[in-house]
Amino acid sequence: MRTMLEAHGIVNRFGAQTVHNGLDMQVYEGEIFGIVGGTGAGKTVLLRTLLGLQRPEAGSVRFLGRDPHSLSPAELTALKASYGVTFQQGALFTSLNLKQNVQLPMLEHLRLPARALDELAVLKVCLVGLPPDAADKYPAQLSGGMVKRGALARALALDPILLFLDEPTSGLDPIGAAAFDELLLYLQKQLQLTVVMITHDLDSIFRTCNRVGVIVDGHMISDTLDGIMHNPHPWIRAYFQGERARQRRRPHGA
Amino acid sequence: MAEPTGSASPAIADRNGRPRLHRTRHDHSVDPFLSAQRDAAQLRVALCGHWRAAHFDDIESALNSLELTGVRRATIESGAAEMDLAGAWLLREFMRRADQAGVEVGFAGADPPMLRLLSRCLAGEAPDETREVHWIAPATAVEEAVEDIGRRTVHGVRDARVALRFLGEVTLGLGRILLHPSRLRPISIARHIYDTGITAVPIVALIAFLISVILAYLGEGELRQYGATILVVDLVTIGVLRELGVLLTAIILAGRSGSAFAAEIGAMQLNEEVDALETIGVDPVEALVVPRLLGLTIALPLLTLVADLIGLAGGGVLCHVLLDMPTAQYLHRAQGAIASTTFWVGIIKAPIFAGLIAMAGCFNGMCVRESSRELGRRTTLAVVQAIFCVILADALFAVLFLRLNI
Repeated sequence: MRTMLEAHGIVNRFGAQTVHNGLDMQVYEGEIFGIVGGTGAGKTVLLRTLLGLQRPEAGSVRFLGRDPHSLSPAELTALKASYGVTFQQGALFTSLNLKQNVQLPMLEHLRLPARALDELAVLKVCLVGLPPDAADKYPAQLSGGMVKRGALARALALDPILLFLDEPTSGLDPIGAAAFDELLLYLQKQLQLTVVMITHDLDSIFRTCNRVGVIVDGHMISDTLDGIMHNPHPWIRAYFQGERARQRRRPHGA
Repeated sequence: MAEPTGSASPAIADRNGRPRLHRTRHDHSVDPFLSAQRDAAQLRVALCGHWRAAHFDDIESALNSLELTGVRRATIESGAAEMDLAGAWLLREFMRRADQAGVEVGFAGADPPMLRLLSRCLAGEAPDETREVHWIAPATAVEEAVEDIGRRTVHGVRDARVALRFLGEVTLGLGRILLHPSRLRPISIARHIYDTGITAVPIVALIAFLISVILAYLGEGELRQYGATILVVDLVTIGVLRELGVLLTAIILAGRSGSAFAAEIGAMQLNEEVDALETIGVDPVEALVVPRLLGLTIALPLLTLVADLIGLAGGGVLCHVLLDMPTAQYLHRAQGAIASTTFWVGIIKAPIFAGLIAMAGCFNGMCVRESSRELGRRTTLAVVQAIFCVILADALFAVLFLRLNI
């Protein structure tokens, strides 16, 4: 199995507080990798580091074996076109409607005729399970769940091979969250995506993730879902063996 | 990029054992994306390579170069192509073109999964009639003009009502504070005095000095022709105290603080912080608008005082340099030039201007809805309205004082 994304020895500090202390992680092609951790464990900081939005004090990130910092500007642009990101609050551009939001990365990276641009944007909107007339709405006119899906449509605009999701189901009702999980599994299968997902949602983890990485004490412990369930680390035990987790596992027979 | 060339080739090889590009007698085209083979009325197209959005133009021209005249049946073989949705869209376009040309199109083997996904999305969830809704019959020029006038009128009336309502709310808020002084927020007011007043002292002082320089130079050039250069002192002192000190300070604050008010409150609106205040039971007008209004009303007269002093001092320096006038003579002449009312006529305008600037800034901030573009538009509008109102009020004051013979 090819390694899609890897990080080695990541160190991030804010003043005296060390968030990551030599963190290692690997994401393999075609899997859904969940990142879990307590509040303040540095999940979002890790995501920002992986995306190059924040430079770590030490350590390196590699996409398909290549360090983004060693790439030429053109190669870096091409690398960015190969992954899509959704942010926690959606981060849709409020002054653009959904279609224009989806078209923005296309206009930036591709040269497409107007008709293809229009149809492909509406197609992406349909792909994430929104009605086509949602394409003409502005973010302020969309519900919370629709914003999440709209953000996913924008992340898929360039047909990426790698998808980063920051708490995609937070703020959704259980039905909406479950539907989002199914959507993610469907898209992952259809578009052969590799997904890196930060989440707090135990349902989501049990339903979608192939492997889970838990950030504890500045390091990452990653394993398959079964493996992580039997990990002796106290925090991981509390997280996955807690009452809430046990109740949720039952219906899936895990 | 990040095109996994390494993994693509095995995937292609194991589908069918033959080479990706096969040249034959009747080849029409061989290129990285497809190879076509023509046998009388039969066209066989084998797709290969990366059918991805990045190569959109090349794939499109490759498809367009396929000759369809005289073809009755076309068979597409897609197993070797790695396709994304943009590629599938192009293939669908080609199939549609072929269909219109009367060609029977079919797949050898399975159709590409991306095409299936695309068709399902476009057909199942986006039937054509739902998309047509957005192309309502285009309006004629006359209809458009009428609609535009109507829309502007409705918006104008609505904006006026909103502004009036805002004015009322602020008045009520001020009234409540007057009745219950405990609701005053002194810390917040102090912060706004600091932000709008104290931090603005350097720029106000600098501009007041430069204005007195401009006045002195201008006056010296003109008045020298009449041998009345001593009147430069009158020009500078009366000009600065009556008009320019307060007017320029107000304009600086309109640009500096009016925009800050609009942007701060507008960003809070976008972030739903204003709604949060309301639900907590705090009146946003009382918490956000009144402290800014009072803060600026205190800061602007004080800044005007600074501007007046620096302007007069600058006039003294300039008279010394330009006219060789001793400072004592400048002061004596200045005392003769200004009436007891001159200073008050200027400074009395300051709180009024402050009110106009704060109201324009806060009102536009409160009006921000939905988008970051709206924030920018409202901030601009706040500054424009503030400066316009200040200058309009100054003109009215000029007429008023003339009538009152001050």
